Order: sequence, then C-alpha cells, then structure tokens
Amino acid sequence: MNKKPVIQFSDFTFRYAAQKHPTLKNINLTIYQGEKVLIIGPSGSGKSTLGNCINGLIPNSYKGTLEGEVMIKGMIPSQESFHKLSKSIGTVLQDTDGQFVGLSVAEDIAFALENDCVPTDELKSRAKEAAEVVGLDHVLKNSPQEVSGGQKQRTSLAGILIDQVDILLFDEPLANLDPATGKNAMELIDRVHKDSGKTVVIIEHRIEDVLHRDVDRIILIDEGEIIADMGPHEMIASDLFARYGIREPLYVTLLKYAGVTITPEMQPGYITTIDLASHKDEVLDWYCNATPAAHIIREQDVIRIADLSFAYTTKTVLDEIDFTIKKGEMLAIVGRNGAGKSTLSMLVCGFESGYQGEIYLTGENAIDKSITERAAIVGYVMQNPNHMITEHLIFDEVALGLRLRNIPEDEIQRRVEKTMEICGIDRFAKWPINALSYGQKKRVTIASILVLEPEIIILDEPTAGQDYRHYTEIMEFLKTLNRDIGITIILITHDMHLMMEYTKRSIVLSEGELVADTDSSDVLTNVDIVEKGSLKETSIYHVAQSIGIDNPKNLVDVFVSHEQRERGQS
Amino acid sequence: MKKLFNYSEADSLIHNLSGVSKLIGFLAMTFTVMLTYDPRVIAVVLVIAVFVFWASGIHLRDLKVVIIYISIFMALNFVMTFLFDPQYGEQLYGTKHVIYSFSARYVLTQEQLLYQLAKISKYAATIPFGLLFFLTTHPSEFASSMNRLGIHYKVAFAFSLTLRYIPDIYSEYMIISKAQQARGLDLSAQQKFGKRVKEYTKMIFPLVMSSLDRIDNIADAMDLRGFAKHKKRTWYNTRKLLRNDKLTIVFTLAVFAGSLMITAFVNHGRFWNPFI
Repeated sequence: MNKKPVIQFSDFTFRYAAQKHPTLKNINLTIYQGEKVLIIGPSGSGKSTLGNCINGLIPNSYKGTLEGEVMIKGMIPSQESFHKLSKSIGTVLQDTDGQFVGLSVAEDIAFALENDCVPTDELKSRAKEAAEVVGLDHVLKNSPQEVSGGQKQRTSLAGILIDQVDILLFDEPLANLDPATGKNAMELIDRVHKDSGKTVVIIEHRIEDVLHRDVDRIILIDEGEIIADMGPHEMIASDLFARYGIREPLYVTLLKYAGVTITPEMQPGYITTIDLASHKDEVLDWYCNATPAAHIIREQDVIRIADLSFAYTTKTVLDEIDFTIKKGEMLAIVGRNGAGKSTLSMLVCGFESGYQGEIYLTGENAIDKSITERAAIVGYVMQNPNHMITEHLIFDEVALGLRLRNIPEDEIQRRVEKTMEICGIDRFAKWPINALSYGQKKRVTIASILVLEPEIIILDEPTAGQDYRHYTEIMEFLKTLNRDIGITIILITHDMHLMMEYTKRSIVLSEGELVADTDSSDVLTNVDIVEKGSLKETSIYHVAQSIGIDNPKNLVDVFVSHEQRERGQS
Repeated sequence: MKKLFNYSEADSLIHNLSGVSKLIGFLAMTFTVMLTYDPRVIAVVLVIAVFVFWASGIHLRDLKVVIIYISIFMALNFVMTFLFDPQYGEQLYGTKHVIYSFSARYVLTQEQLLYQLAKISKYAATIPFGLLFFLTTHPSEFASSMNRLGIHYKVAFAFSLTLRYIPDIYSEYMIISKAQQARGLDLSAQQKFGKRVKEYTKMIFPLVMSSLDRIDNIADAMDLRGFAKHKKRTWYNTRKLLRNDKLTIVFTLAVFAGSLMITAFVNHGRFWNPFI
C-alpha cells in the first residue's frame, strides 16, 4: 500500500511559555492520508496540546518553545500562515457551546467561508449542502439556544466540512454529549470518514464509546510522551489501560473478572468482534457462583413528589411526575438535555416556582419554604465548581453559608473543621482556592454545602469531563459520604458508568415524563428505556445476550458487586 | 426581560427592508430630531414614525410594557424640566407670555410650554424608530449592516457575538444567583443596600471567571476558522438593496437635509421662534 504521510512529528518537544517543564516530550508520530486515529491519555497527559500542535493553534495562538519537527500536509506550522494551515485541517473543539459563534446554525456553518469573502449566494447554497451531510438542514435558521448539544457539534462539523479540509480533528467529541448522542456522533464521524476518505484524528479518553466504530490505530499518551501506538485489539489486550488510568471497555473487565486472559487473537477491540463464544463457560461459571449483594430496605421518606407538573409559558417541562426517595439512598436522575431533570431539581431546591402538584421534603410540604429554608434540607452542587466559588481561601468558602446565617464564629470554626475533615480537605484550610485541582475544588463545593447539614444533596453531573482516575476519586468520595454519614445523594447525570456502578436506582425522564423508576441495572439493559432516556445499553448486556443469559440485569448486578469488592480491597 | 423586545419574523413593508436601509433611516430620523427644536420639523418626523409603525404591522399591545415605561419616563422628564428650570423658555425665546402663575418662581409661560413640548416630542419621535429597528431586523443582519455603513467588520462582529452570548450568560447568571441564594445570600429588597451590592459582586466573580474561559474558547474557534484573514469579509445574512431600500435611504436623507436647511436658513438656529 502506498501510504502518504499527512501528519509527521519527529523528535518533537514543546514547552508552554508560562511553564517550566515541557508538556510534550520527544514525540515521534506519523499519521497517513485517510487513516482514522484515536489519541488517548488521562487528563493532563498532553493529548489536547498535541491536538493544538496539529491544528496550528500552537505556535500561532499559544506561545512556547518548540524543538524537533512537525509537518502537516507538507507544511511546517511555525513557518506557514495559520490561515493557510486552516484550509487543510478542520478542528471540532470540545466545548460545543463556545465554538458556536453564529447567531444561527446556517451562519455558524458559513463562518469560515464568510471569512474567505465568498459571495452571499454561494454561502447559502454551500451551507445548505454541508448541513445536509450532517443532517441539520431542517434547523438552519435555529439560534444556538434552540438546538441541542449534539446539533451544535454537528454544526461545528459542518462548519469545517464546508471548507474542504483534508484532516478532521476532534478534541474530546464525547465530553458534552449524552450517551445516545455520543453514539450517533461516532457513527456520523465514521460515515464522513468512509465517504470522504479524509484523515480523522479523535482525541478522547472514553475508549469504549469511541470504539463503537472502527479506528485504525490507538495512540496512548502519558505525561507528554507516547507510550504506545498500536491497533485496537493489541491495545486492549495489553495491560496499558490499567497502568495509565484509562478505563477499559466493560466487557473486557467482565471477562477478566471471570478469569479470562485477553489476547489480541480474541479481537477484543470491539464488542462486535470479540470472541465470546470460546469463553462462554468461564463467564457462566463465574456468573453462577457469584453471591448476590445484600438488599437493604429503607423506610423513611426524604423527598416525595406527587403529581408534579411544570411549564414555561406554554411549554410543558414536567408532566405529572410521581416518585419517592428514601433516606440514605444514592440514586440517579437521567435523561437527555431538556428532558426536565434540571427543572425537577430546581423545583425541589426552590430555584423555580409556580408548579402544580406537591413536593414534600422530610414529610413537610415545601410550597411555602424559601430557597434558604429549603437549603437546610436539600443542598445543590453545581456542575462546574468555578460557578460556586466566591471566596479566596478554602476555609472561608466552606464557612460562607454559615456566616450568611449569622452563626457564632466559634460554632462556625467547629463545623467547618469537621466538614473539611470529612471531605479530606482539612490540610488545605489556609490554601488559596486557585491552588486546587478540579477534583479538589469539587470537594470544596461539596463541603460548602455539607456544612449546612442538609439531609439530601443533589449533584449536577459531578464527574463531567473527568478522566477515569478523577471520576473514581470523586465517586468513591461520594459513596463514602453516603455510607458514613447516611446522607441521601441524588446524581443528575448522563454517565452510564456512574449510574451502573454507584447508584442502585435510577429515575429516567424523557420529554418531561417519568419513563422509568427502577434498578439502574434494569435501566441499562432495557432497550425501550435506553432509547427513551437517550442512553446506550451497556456492553455487558451484549455479553449476556451472546452467551445466552436470559436476564442481562443479573449479569450487570453480579458485575457491579464484584467490582465493588475489588475496589473495597484496593 | 427577554420578552421586552424580540425580533419576530413577519412579512411587512418594514420587515422586508434591508438592515442597512433601516439603520440609515433610523440614524437619519434620530439626527434630524436631535438637531432641531422646531416643532414643525418634529411633527413631520412624528407623522413618519406613525406611518412606519403602522406599516410594520406591529401591535401596540405587544409593546405595552415598553410603552408604559417610556410614558412614565417622559412624564417625569416633563415635570422635572419645569421644576428645575421654569424660566428656561423665556431665556431661549427672549419673550414672556404668562399663562398661569403658581408662585414667584413657578410661572408657566407659552415659551416654556413650547420648549417642553418640543423636547418631549423629540423623544416621542425617535423612540419608535429605535424600537422598530430592533423589532423588525434579524439580529444577524445588524452586523452586516454596520459593516456596510463603514464600521470595521471586527467591531461589527463583536457586536454580533455579544448578541449571541447574552442569553447564555444571562441563564448562567440566573443559576449562579440561585445557587448562591441557597447558601444564604440575601438579594431581596429587605437587605441593606450596601450589603446587597457586596453580595452581588460575590456572584459576579464566578460569572466573570467563566466568561473569561469562554472568551478563550471563542477566540480559538474563530482563529481556527480563519477569522480576520482578509481585510474584508462577506456575510451570510445580508440583503441586496431593492427599490424600497433605495427609496427609504433617499427619503430619510432628504428629510434630514431638509431639516438642516430649515435650521440654517429659516430659523437661523435650532429653535423656531413664533413669539417675535
């Protein structure tokens, strides 16, 4: 095969001007015309920086020191005009919202051509064509506030396809999407790749979701260096994922629990290719000998929602919702964007008012309780910790709610210290907030809510954008809180791993209606609920099907309790 | 708040004009009225304003809130002008025709009445054009229109970006504010003013930080798609100038020129003096 290199790094090292140590070290990498390559690595590994070296943001927008060589389509980015480079390579950024600069879908798609002074008539016809490729031709006039996250991403894709670029670069395309939309995005990228023969580079850490469709190679990066560069089957059969904090596909973990050794010959890269048939007995054996987890019965209601409906002007957001949450539960509320999950939690916290039906908090009707009064019962932790933090010192941040309630300073001291100890941040008490990592900031915001001693905390997407290591850290922390102080935890999430591993029960909303209120393992193995909730069935479900386990839910339960035991030991 | 004035698509003489001609028309009418106190000229503009409003097919009841606010403002302005300087009319016109005497200082004269009526009708004549421009022009046409009037496209696009992100920042602000209230921040009117200001600044801080992050992202996205590559750029949302557009531009500029002529040659100043 006569392969033409389009991206070439040789002995490449890059250090940001503001940093002491290089972010990328001795990179040697060649990507050929028409290849589809996945670049993986934990947060801070340098994978996004590598992406910025490919699309030319480095050195054009971000300054630093470069050593070695980069060639993109025969051009050296540091010597070429940035705009000439942008004609060869198109980038879809992680933030679906930030990169949508137009006032409508059509305008955003046409943005690159507008900058090229293409006449208006041609702009319109070409934008329409590009929109058709990604299936957006029916929403051309919609404003960014009127389209979903998935549609925004498609707009960005259309916006680079319109420019006839040769290389498509996707920076964490799954980060802001729900599972079903993420699955569609992978299918769309695959279709564009196959139809156009363009080179595709995907930067992600959610391997299993990317491998919903084929890739030619996976490149693993850690601490700025390339650790491995191999085909998906070889990569998954290796022990590299565990070593570098990357989550392997669930079906692989399951096989390992069952005592199966994964080899490249089993073709473990995709759920559709892996040879399960030859290991059926081992899995069944493990499954049948597993002891099911003990079932805990909980008595006391902390939240009861009865016949709850809510509408913005004429649009119904919630339609006759009914459910009860018991004290000490840790449960998930799931559903696509706009399904009503945020509205539901805002009504519970009193951020929105004017609903029909009833909300009872610890047995009392909440209708007349103010936001502050409800906060004593139910605390709300926002998705982005930076949205909550207002103080400079960690102690002050945690103490804020108490100070605003005019509690005596010595009691504040005592309560803040105790809460910080529970949250494992007591050693940071006198630190400035800026010195903390994302996960630590998350803990600070949780502490600042816990200090008010609520019965329930609601967390909006607590692990969004986090890699496996940080995800585990945050979730294990929440699990400990739930277990040790008995606080009820409600998680609003898209993340199926989180649902499966950390919540016993899930409430699924779809277009304002409650479509399921059942065990999480049930939700993820029920095709009907999966579709309504914009979820994706777990690959364990496929394993159950192909080895002939009648009730896939049971296999998921066995898997989760095994996993919890493993985590408990480590 | 978002509903105060919202563009909605419609098929009317005014909606179908290009953004450029509407912007020119709006500016020409505004300057005409700003530069003169001649009630005859202002009356002409008022008539045009009424016609344009009628032609746009927009119902007054849709603008109830705005109209109430503007009316209150104008009434207040009218009363205050009299209270602060009841003799200004006399100084302007140099004569004194008393209508009614409230006290030694507060004497209502024909001169003062003429001045104040002229002033208030200036507001009444310009506001409809401003409102109509925003109500009948698609926001994305603002930028291309500004650019065509010679404003640099970077400035025009910055304006468009502002419109793009205002709703996002607004909803972000709402949620931040609610989450802070849950922690006990009191933003209600019962709170002391000084303390309230301090608490508002607490909420602004996270909003500013996240907006700065957003700006970085937007800048990258625009760079990557070749913004500012050339000295010019084209616009997806722009309309060709049709016959009505040309008529609008010529007509409004003619009114403006006419008013300047009256100022220069008839009134010899910004005021028309019927008292001498």
